[in-house]
Amino acid sequence: MKYEPVIGLEVHAELLTKSKMFCGCEVVDSIAAKPNRYICPVCTGQPGALPVINQKAIELAVRVGLALGCEIHTESIFARKNYFYPDLPKGYQISQYDQPLATNGKIQIETETGIKDVRIRRVHLEEDTGKLSHADGHSFIDYNRSGVPLLEIVTEPDLRSPEEVKVYATKLHAILRYLDVNSGDMEKGVIRFEANISVREEGSDQFNTRTEIKNLNSFRALTQSTEYEIKRQTEIYQSGGTVEQETLGFNEATGKTYSQRGKESAHDYRYFPEPDLPPLIVEQGWIDSIRASLPELPEAKTRRFVEQYELKTQEARLLTAEKALADYFESVVEKSKSSPRTVSSWIAGEFMRHLNDLNIDVTNIPVPAEDLAILIDMVTDKKVSGNSGKVVLSEVFKNGGKPDEIVKEKNLAQVSDEGFIQETITKILNENPKEVEQYLAGKETILQWLMGQVARATRGKADPTLARELLIQSLDNLKQQQNG
Amino acid sequence: MDVHELDIQQAHELLLSRKISSEELTGAYLARIQQVDPQIKSYVTVSEELAIKQAREADQRLKRGEGVTPLTGIPYSAKDSLSTRGVRTTCSSKILENYTPFYDCTAIQKLNSAGSVLLGKTNMDEFGMGSSTENSGFFTTRNPWDFDHVPGGSSGGSAAAVAAGLGLFSLGEDTGGSVRMPASFCGVTGLKTSYGRVSRYGLIPLVSSFDTIGPMARSVRDAALVLEAIAGHDLKDSTSRVEPVQQYSEALKKTENLRGLRIGIPKEYFVEGLDPEVDSSLRTAIKQMESLGAEIVEVSLPHTQYAIPVYYLILFAEASSNLAKYDGVRFGLSERNVDSVLDLYLKTREAGFGAETKRRIMLGTFALSAGYYDAYYLKAQKVRTLIRQDFQKAFETCDALITPVAPTTAFRIGEKITNPLDMYLSDVHVVAINLAGIPALSVPCGMSNGLPIGMQIMGPHLSEETLLRIGHMYQSQTDWHTKHPPVWGDSP
Repeated sequence: MKYEPVIGLEVHAELLTKSKMFCGCEVVDSIAAKPNRYICPVCTGQPGALPVINQKAIELAVRVGLALGCEIHTESIFARKNYFYPDLPKGYQISQYDQPLATNGKIQIETETGIKDVRIRRVHLEEDTGKLSHADGHSFIDYNRSGVPLLEIVTEPDLRSPEEVKVYATKLHAILRYLDVNSGDMEKGVIRFEANISVREEGSDQFNTRTEIKNLNSFRALTQSTEYEIKRQTEIYQSGGTVEQETLGFNEATGKTYSQRGKESAHDYRYFPEPDLPPLIVEQGWIDSIRASLPELPEAKTRRFVEQYELKTQEARLLTAEKALADYFESVVEKSKSSPRTVSSWIAGEFMRHLNDLNIDVTNIPVPAEDLAILIDMVTDKKVSGNSGKVVLSEVFKNGGKPDEIVKEKNLAQVSDEGFIQETITKILNENPKEVEQYLAGKETILQWLMGQVARATRGKADPTLARELLIQSLDNLKQQQNG
Repeated sequence: MDVHELDIQQAHELLLSRKISSEELTGAYLARIQQVDPQIKSYVTVSEELAIKQAREADQRLKRGEGVTPLTGIPYSAKDSLSTRGVRTTCSSKILENYTPFYDCTAIQKLNSAGSVLLGKTNMDEFGMGSSTENSGFFTTRNPWDFDHVPGGSSGGSAAAVAAGLGLFSLGEDTGGSVRMPASFCGVTGLKTSYGRVSRYGLIPLVSSFDTIGPMARSVRDAALVLEAIAGHDLKDSTSRVEPVQQYSEALKKTENLRGLRIGIPKEYFVEGLDPEVDSSLRTAIKQMESLGAEIVEVSLPHTQYAIPVYYLILFAEASSNLAKYDGVRFGLSERNVDSVLDLYLKTREAGFGAETKRRIMLGTFALSAGYYDAYYLKAQKVRTLIRQDFQKAFETCDALITPVAPTTAFRIGEKITNPLDMYLSDVHVVAINLAGIPALSVPCGMSNGLPIGMQIMGPHLSEETLLRIGHMYQSQTDWHTKHPPVWGDSP
C-alpha cells in the first residue's frame, strides 16, 4: 500500500516595524540587545496597561495579504488567546481568531512534479512572546521580544511532500523579503514554522489524525522533521497501528520528533474578542494605495527577466530569488555595455561563489554595481582576459579597490600584440616536441594543454581568441611541413 | 466651621484668597483620617508623604497664580484599582498586597496636572467583585451612617470616605453599579460615566468592556468639576471617546429649571422586591422633578430581567482572562516554596485570591471553554445587544430615565455574604446601565431608618451634561445631599 502525506504549514514572521505591536517600545535584535531594556507597562502586562494598535504593522500585514492574493477584510477582530506561560506576561496573547485580517490567498510553487497552487487560508496579526532561558537551575525571562508584531500565515493542507514544503517555505521567505516586511534572518528566529502532518493511503480524500510539529526555525529543521514525521506515521499505519493526535517538538541533533502534549492536555485557548481594542477597520482606500505601492514579486520579475534580458528561466530565477540580488543585477546591466546574459553569467557564477565563500548577504554586496560593470566590460572589450577578470574580481572581494586600478597595478592588461604572442607560441612548440608530435598524430586534446602553456607564459594576459588562432595556425604549418 | 465641611467650590475660594493653604487643608484631612477612619476603614493606604508634597506644590502654584484649576490643592482619595505611581495599589487583593505601580493611570495623571492632592487609596471588594466591600482581601469598610451596615460596593471605601468627610471627593470605578450603589448606600453623589468618557489606562480591569472611572462627591456641582478634569480622549486607551469634553460646571450655572426635558420612568424597575420606603422616596423625587418643569412619562425596558445573568456571564468571562496575569512571575504575591512553574501558579493564586474571585474565575473559564462559548458568552453578548436597544428606544422619546439605585437601603454586614446569588441580585437596578455603556448619576433622595436612599438618573451615551443638570436642579431644591452621618461631627 502506498501512502501520501497531507501537510499544512503555519508560518510566523516578525514584522519589520520600528515599534512593537501594541506599545511604543522599540523593536530590537533580541539576541544582541541587553535583556529587559526595551519594555514598558504594556508589553510586560502591568495591571491596567492597555494595548494600542501599531498602524505600520497593519500596513505591512495588508501588504503581505495583497501579495498573496488574499481578500483583505475592512473589518477584523483582535481576540484573546488565553493560556499560562511565563513568557506570556498577560496570561493571554492578543491575536486574531474567527475574523482575521486577510483570507483566501495562494502561492504557486513549482517542483519536479509540476506547478501547483498552495492555498493560503488566512493571514493574521498577533504579538510575540518574551524569551525564556535557563541556567544554573534558574529560569530567566527577557521581555524585549514581548509584543513584537508577528504575522501568521496559514495554508490549507495542500502540501504533499517535504520537497513541496521546502519550496513553499522558501518562496514565502523570498516574498516576505521582497515586500520588505521581514528581515529574513532565520538564525535570529524572525521566521518560525509549524507543520501539521497526517498520512493517508494514496488516492484517498480523507484526512487522518494529524500531528503538529512546533517551533521549527530553519528550512533544514522544517524539511528534516516533516520527512521524519511522514516516515514515522507511515510505519505506524503499515504495522496496523493508529496515529495519536499530539503536539510534537523536533530535536535537530537526533533528527527525530518527540511528543510534547497529547490530545488530552491540548490547550483550550478560550478565545474571545479582545475588549480593550475596538474592531480593526481598514479603509478600502488605504488598501488600494497599499496595493498600488506593492513591489514586483519574484514570479513576475523572473518572467520579465526572461523576456527583457533574454535569460534562461533557471538563471532568471536564481537572480530574482532575492530582491537585493535582482536589483544589483539590473543596476550592473544598466551601467554596463555588455549583454545582460554576460552580466548574468558573471553574477550567477564567479560573483555568487565569492558571496557564498565569504558568507556575504546579498543585501550587503561590497562591490559597487559600477565597478562590476567596468570589470565585465573590460573582459568584453578584451582589455583583460576572462581569467584575469576572475583574478581581478577575487582581488576586489579580498582587498577592495577599483577593477581598472587593479589591472594596472597587477599588470593584467590583455596583450593583443601578434608578434609577441607568436614568439611565445613558437618558443613553447619548440620546448615541447613530444606533445606537438602527439597532437600531430591526432590527439586533439593537446591543444587545450598548449593553450594553458601559452596562458602561463603570458601570465594570462594573452588575448585567448587571438592566441588560439595563432596556435592552430602554427600547428597547421607544422603538419603541412611534416606531410610535405 | 471645620475645614472638612467645605465643598470643593468653598475650599477653592479659600485657597485662592490664601485664607488657607493646601498644606493646612491636607493636614486637617490627614489628621481626620487618622482619628475617624479606624472606625470606618475606608482607606487601604494613606499616602501621607506624597499628599504633603503635592499640597506644597499646589501652594506654590497658588502663590504664583500659574496653572491654577478648581481642583488645585484639593485633597481626594482614589479607589485602589487606579494605578498610582509610587503608591501601593492593591485592588484590595492579597495577590497585590505588595504591588506598587511604576506609572500613574491617566485619570490620576490628569488630577496631578490639575494640582490635586492624593490622600490615599480606598478599600473595595477584591478586584471590584462584590457589592459590599466584604470581599476585600483585607477588611470590610463600615457604612458611616451605621457601622453595622455595609457601605455598598465595590467602591465602598470611596463612598464611605466622602460621606465621613475623609476627603473632598474620590475617584470611584463602576463595572456594574460599583460607583452608584455605594454612593446610594452612603448618601453621596456618584457618577457612572459613559463607557469611554474617562480613559481606562492604568485602571486595573475587572471587565474591560464595562469598567468606567467616575467621580464620587458631596454634590453634583463637585462631581461636575471632577469630571471636567478627568474626562477626555486618551491615545493610550483605544476605547476612549474622541468627542470633546463639555463644560459641565458652566452648564450647571446656566440651568434654572428642567423645562423641555422629558424623563422616563421604566416600569420594570418599580416592581416586587422594592423596599416601600425606597419606592415612596423615588415617587416624591419624581414629583419634584415634575415641579421643576420636567415632563414625566412611563417607559418600558422589556429585557431588564435578563440584565443580571448577561452581566455576570460576561463579567465572569472577561474577569477570568483579566486576572490571568497574577501568576507570581512579575509582580505581586509570589509563593517561593514551589517546585515547578505550574506549582508557582497554583500556590500563588490559591493564596492570593479570595473565595469570590476564585468562584468567578472558574465560572468564567468554564463559560469560555470550547463547546460552551456559543451557549454562554456569545448568547450573553446577543442579549446584551437587545438590552442596549431597549435603552436606545427609550431615549428616542426621553432625555433621561429615573429609577432607584438599589432595591433597599444598605444591608447589614454579613447579611448576604453567605449567599452569592442574593448578593448578585442586589445589583438588579444598576448592571443594565453598564451593559448599555450609558452614563448614570446617583444622588441621595431620602432616608429610611437612618440610612440613605439613592436615585438613579440615566441618559444616552455621553449625556453627562444633561444628567448633571437634572441632578443639580434636584439638589438645588432638596437637602438630602447635605445630610451627614454622625461621624461628620467628630473633629480632631
